[in-house]
Amino acid sequence: MLVQPDRVHRSVYADPAIFDLEMERIFGRAWLVLGHESQVRNDGDYFTTRMGREPVIVAKNGKNVVVLINRCAHRGSMVCAEGRGNTDRFVCPYHGWSYDRAGTLQAVPFSSGYEKDQLPKGLKAVPRVALYRGFIFASLAPDGDDLQTFLGPARASFDDFVDRAPGGELEVAGGVFKHAYNGNWKLMIENHLDGAHPAWVHASSVAVARNAPDPGKPGEEHYSDIAVRQMRQNGAPDAVWEAIGMWTTPRGHGYMGDYHDDSRLVTGLGNPVFDLYRKKLIQEKGEAEADRILRVTLWNTIVYPNCSFMSQFRQLRIIHPIAVDRSVVYTYSFRMKGAPAPMFRDTVAFANVVNGTGSWVLTDDLEVYERIQRGLSSGAVDWVYIGRGHGRDVEEPNGTRRGATGTSEVFIRAQMRAWLDYLSAP
Amino acid sequence: MSEMNAEQFLYHEARLLDTQQLEAWLELFTEDATYWVPLEREQKDPLETSSIIHDDRTLLELRVKQARHPRAHARLPLARTVHQVGNVMVLSENGAETTVSSTLQVVEFRNEKQRLHGALVQHRLRKANGTFKIAHKRVDLVNSEGELDGIAILF
Repeated sequence: MLVQPDRVHRSVYADPAIFDLEMERIFGRAWLVLGHESQVRNDGDYFTTRMGREPVIVAKNGKNVVVLINRCAHRGSMVCAEGRGNTDRFVCPYHGWSYDRAGTLQAVPFSSGYEKDQLPKGLKAVPRVALYRGFIFASLAPDGDDLQTFLGPARASFDDFVDRAPGGELEVAGGVFKHAYNGNWKLMIENHLDGAHPAWVHASSVAVARNAPDPGKPGEEHYSDIAVRQMRQNGAPDAVWEAIGMWTTPRGHGYMGDYHDDSRLVTGLGNPVFDLYRKKLIQEKGEAEADRILRVTLWNTIVYPNCSFMSQFRQLRIIHPIAVDRSVVYTYSFRMKGAPAPMFRDTVAFANVVNGTGSWVLTDDLEVYERIQRGLSSGAVDWVYIGRGHGRDVEEPNGTRRGATGTSEVFIRAQMRAWLDYLSAP
Repeated sequence: MSEMNAEQFLYHEARLLDTQQLEAWLELFTEDATYWVPLEREQKDPLETSSIIHDDRTLLELRVKQARHPRAHARLPLARTVHQVGNVMVLSENGAETTVSSTLQVVEFRNEKQRLHGALVQHRLRKANGTFKIAHKRVDLVNSEGELDGIAILF
């Protein structure tokens, strides 16, 4: 068995044949996060993305979001250039076959050359598309659990994300980082819940931030403050990482509690910007509900297999596996409707320091992913050990499995259990 | 140092980077300097849209210090680079500031990986003691909107 309770065979990360099987059985079946409804607000809006290795178009057709395989029914060209826009027709650049927003074939040049009933009907539509709280999901499999069941208790993380907006809505804004690394897609999905890594991977950025000038008091803040504060927080003491919550779901999702104790990084700790925000939230939702929302302190959530997000600074990352040893990650920032304008500037500053392609923090993560990939490409040693906290996991009443401590590797074990479920199903 | 014109100053700056004299390079910047590598083409605003790098002097100093840290995994060893500066043109000159545009090609080598970066660059320079200080540097990478491996070098 490649996956055992406390260890995983290295080929799961390094064997191209296993990667092909993952694309078929995980990325070809699971609900994948494709984006957010604010990216296709109006009729005819579209953007292109990937589902595993399939190029797709996400388009708004009337009130519906449709997801189409971006491949002409004729000779196979991508009908839509990569990017985004608004259109009422997708026209293939090769021979001019055109499709409406639902993907239905509308016109074919030299049509007299075809028997009419022999022509394909249109672009292949991705069989299942569903939204949860404004986030667009799709599955390449015609059957399977519905989205709500798939998400299970991880729905609460999306609720937290959206509930925080005083206006009840989020919108994608502020640019998209696209970063790549020579490593397996699972390395990122595992790393985002790993509270034992920052002290080592991010040692250099923690150290320089600790020696940086102290951030300014309210009213005397510097541009650099958000970056300095966040880099410092990655150096939280071991006891803090051990104390955070770490929950997992049967489908491999996971979410961690917040490790921040900095009043400028956590709403509800009394910073003036956040006080104004809290007022807005109370105005819209009432005091009891606003307090309930702000008492939720989650950090990263993983939606297995392709998404990582966090509500506090409104970042969402989608991973695109390219090859067994090559991955691309798109990072989106979100603006909360109805929140004070300065909060979005904090979001942008946060995105730059944590998710920026040139960031002090991310570059060290990427370096380590590449070193892991090179290590696991060696055939001299077979096993990857994922046993931290094994045997001490706690089953919670809501169906989650919690690590006994915040640095338990319960989240990798949960991901690997889901991995095995997907791959074992023929 | 004899009086430097803007063109020579850009070559001097590139040489400091290529010889890994990062602390001396940092000293070329004014205290109120900004160093900007935008994410989007023709990006107007660094505060409401993300940037590959957008540093004030404090943050730029952290980059230099990180490069010297013994556990800066992505920077140890530092990449070897050649910064090839070309097409230098003084766009405007007033008493206080000189705005210079140039093109930049950087060849980077590290960990058996060689990369080539291309950029349009704009400097705002202030005269100081026969040479210049950099008040603002903007580096528009031609592939800023593309899928990029991590960037751990300075342009």
